[in-house]
Amino acid sequence: MIYALLFWEFFKIGLTAIGGGMVTIPFLLDLADKYDWYTKGELMDMIAISESTPGPIGVNMATYAGYNTAGIWGGIVATFGLVLPSLVVIILIAKYLFAKEEGGFLRQALFGIRPAVLALILFAGWELARLSLINWQSVLIAIVSFGLIRWLKWHPIVYICLAAVIGIVFEL
Amino acid sequence: MKMLWDLFFSFFKVGLFTFGGGAAMLPLLQAEFVERRKWVTDSELMDFYSIGQCTPGIIAINTATFVGYKKQGKIGAIAATLGIVTPSIIIILLVASILSKYMHNPYVIHAFAGIRIVVVALILDAVVRLWKQGVKGRFGWGMFALSLLLLVAAGLSPVMIVILAGVAGYAFQLYLRRKRS
Repeated sequence: MIYALLFWEFFKIGLTAIGGGMVTIPFLLDLADKYDWYTKGELMDMIAISESTPGPIGVNMATYAGYNTAGIWGGIVATFGLVLPSLVVIILIAKYLFAKEEGGFLRQALFGIRPAVLALILFAGWELARLSLINWQSVLIAIVSFGLIRWLKWHPIVYICLAAVIGIVFEL
Repeated sequence: MKMLWDLFFSFFKVGLFTFGGGAAMLPLLQAEFVERRKWVTDSELMDFYSIGQCTPGIIAINTATFVGYKKQGKIGAIAATLGIVTPSIIIILLVASILSKYMHNPYVIHAFAGIRIVVVALILDAVVRLWKQGVKGRFGWGMFALSLLLLVAAGLSPVMIVILAGVAGYAFQLYLRRKRS
C-alpha cells in the first residue's frame, strides 16, 4: 500500500529532520535511493520549485515528492505524514513549556545533532553536484552563483530564475 | 468556532505569503500575530521560533502549532497547522501537475539543467549559513567529521545518524556537567 508507506517515510522525516526545510534534503535523497519514487535529478527540480513557490520549503517538498510518487493523494498523505510529528511533539512540549522552561534532553542532544545535520546536507549537496556539475561550464556557473548568493544575499528565486534563463540561452 | 476559523485563516495567509524557509516567515508572523491580532507577544514569538528550530519537524509548522495551542489548546494547534500547510498543498499540486505536462519541452529541459546547477550552490549556502550556530568547538567539529565519515564509509541512513548524534550530544553534555560539579 503506497499511501501507508509514503505516510510512514514522511512521518520519519518529520520526526528526525530538525532545523527547517533544507534539512529534509538528505532524507529525501535517501528515499530516492531506497525506492523508485523519483530520481535524484527530479529531486533537484523539486528543491528549486519549492524555493520559488509560496509556503515553507519543507512542506512544499513533501507535497511535491508525494505527488511525484502517487499523484494528488500522495502529495496530501506525504504532507500530513511530515506534519504529524511536529504537531504531537510541540503539543507535548507546549504543555510543559508554559509550566517550566527547561528544554531538557532535546537541547543537550542538539549539541550533537546540529553538526551531524550539516554533514548530512553537505553530503547530499555533493551527491547532487555529481549529477548536475558535469562539465567545466556547469562547474563555473556553480562557483559564480555560489559567490553571488553569499555576496548579494538576494532571495533564492532570483538565482533560480537567472539559472533558468542561462540554461535556455546556452542550451545546457 | 470563530477563533478556530481565525487561526486557520491567518496561518493560511502566512503560508501563502512566505517564500522560502522559516526565517522568511518571521516578519510575517510578527505583523499578523503580535501587531495586528495581539495573540502573542514579541518575546513569546521568539521563544516559539527558537524552540521550533530545535524540535523535530519544519520550523514553520512548529511555530504555527505553538501559537494555535496557546490560543485554543489542541484543536487550535491543529487548525493553525492545517492553515499553514493548505496553501502549499494547493499551489504545489497545481504547479506540479502543470509542469509534468511540459517536462519534455526542450526549453523546460534546458531551463532545469541551469536550475539544477544553482540548486547545488543554494544547498552549499545553507550549510555555510547554518555553520556558525551549528558547529561549536572541538566537539562540534568532531561530530561533523564523524557523521561525514559514517555517511560516506559506513553508508548509514540519515535517520540513524541523527539518532546517534543526539545520543552523543546528550552524553557529552552530561559528561561536561559531571566534570563541573
